[in-house]
Amino acid sequence: MSEGLVLAGASYRYAGASKPTLRSVDLRLDSGRVVGVVGPNESGKSTLCLVVAGLAPGVIGGRLEGSVGLDGIELNAMRSPDLAQQCGLLFQNSATQLSNMTATVFEEVAFGPCNLKLPPVEVIEVWWALRTVGLEKLASRDPVRLSGGQGQLVALASVLALRPRYLVLDEPTSELDPAGTKLVTEALERIVRETGAGILLVEHKTDVLARIADEVLVLDHGTVALSGPAATVLADPRLAELGVEPPAGVRLERAAKASGLEWSAELAEAVG
Amino acid sequence: MITQGPAAVISNALVPSVEFEAVSFAYPDGTRALEEVSLRIEPGESVAVVGQNGSGKSTLVRHLNGLLRPTAGRVMLDGLDIRGLHVARLAERVGLAFQNPDRQLFAGRVATEVAFGPRNLGLSGPALDERVGAALADVGLDGEAVSNPYDLGYSRRKLLALASVLAMRTPILVLDEPTTGQDARGVGRVRDVVAGAVAEGRTVIAISHDMRFVAECFDRVVVMRAGRVVLDGTPELVFGESAWPELRAADLEPPRAAVAGARLGLGSTPTDAALVAELVAAGRR
Repeated sequence: MSEGLVLAGASYRYAGASKPTLRSVDLRLDSGRVVGVVGPNESGKSTLCLVVAGLAPGVIGGRLEGSVGLDGIELNAMRSPDLAQQCGLLFQNSATQLSNMTATVFEEVAFGPCNLKLPPVEVIEVWWALRTVGLEKLASRDPVRLSGGQGQLVALASVLALRPRYLVLDEPTSELDPAGTKLVTEALERIVRETGAGILLVEHKTDVLARIADEVLVLDHGTVALSGPAATVLADPRLAELGVEPPAGVRLERAAKASGLEWSAELAEAVG
Repeated sequence: MITQGPAAVISNALVPSVEFEAVSFAYPDGTRALEEVSLRIEPGESVAVVGQNGSGKSTLVRHLNGLLRPTAGRVMLDGLDIRGLHVARLAERVGLAFQNPDRQLFAGRVATEVAFGPRNLGLSGPALDERVGAALADVGLDGEAVSNPYDLGYSRRKLLALASVLAMRTPILVLDEPTTGQDARGVGRVRDVVAGAVAEGRTVIAISHDMRFVAECFDRVVVMRAGRVVLDGTPELVFGESAWPELRAADLEPPRAAVAGARLGLGSTPTDAALVAELVAAGRR
């Protein structure tokens, strides 16, 4: 039996699709680790999230080959309420995530724990989740009347409230302002440190990954094009060819060298 | 009809100036989103509007096509209050691409979606087809004309929403967070769309959280905080060190190149190119 969320040779084809969206993907997510996923649009990142969280093929159908296991148990052998507590998925479009059935942000974030009939003491987790993403002041607001970025934070809080051991986050900062992005980045660092959760993080902002990811995996046309330690992959010259913007530090270093400048320690320090 | 092509430049006489005159707006629930905003945008300017989530950016631009009407103050095109303009007349002048494409898309086919606007402007036949084809090509979706919009991923649905606004060929183009969810290639497409519209002499107003995109693609940056404009100027000014306290009070961070330039004592270098140029110049001195 192996610990962690493990994909081995996983291929996935949507129902009715002529080609698989994911092909022979190997991935390992351990507790306390952050694995970043990058790649051009439509390279299979969101599908990977659905597969890792057991929604594809579990809920949406399609055909999976290879293995997707959680601590050695195949996901398709798990009941969905158990899975929901083990592995929390944040959808790319937060409007998809919100229930549209609750009157307040608090109720929205409590929706998951209540649905799983967790004891009332778990309500504490709702406040913890709201605080973690800086939403406690909005707890009594109507979730459908929030800005795009605030909606995204509510969706993230609703995933955190279940305190899953693994978090699968599909572009959690896409609609956030720079302050919101920083807040979420720091919150994820804290969650990993304090709860030992493992995080699979799909994120176009490679600056965020440069800061918090241990490993990075690059998807291209449904296959893993590059993978390894974050610093190595994010500095790989093939990254740009794969349609991924390198982090600011890497980009500036290249621009400076292309102009014939010596890349001194002072410059590296200034770029940060 | 406004013509467009690589060489076609829209005369400034056809592009109206935009003016917000002490515009305030409160939502029905009482949330005050704009507080006496005054702003004048000349024909052909490229303006990025930045600020925290909830600072009033989307509310501001939704006044431009009549989606929202000011609670107090006036919004004017060429000095005329848009309150007196029919929504259809306004739609010919101001094209707005929403932040969330799913609020905009409704058709079963990509080409039908893009044709909807120009068809309502009275276009048909080859002229309509040409419009649709050009707009789809501009965003790189020319191979998807017969696809269902909902078979496209989020990022391409967003480019589709952009194409359907481009097809209107409005003299004023308003983009609400056009680069969110785009990969490097998609951001490149959006940059090309902005640069193309600017080269044609159109006015481009874009909301963005991407400070690098803002610094590299726009001549003017407007910073909003709590419904007010708190900074307004060139990227050099707004991202220059002396503006940082105001920028940070608005919960924004200058681009990385600007921070590096300041640390190295190179003056205001809001873009990678400006930073490298300053470094090269400093090396020669």
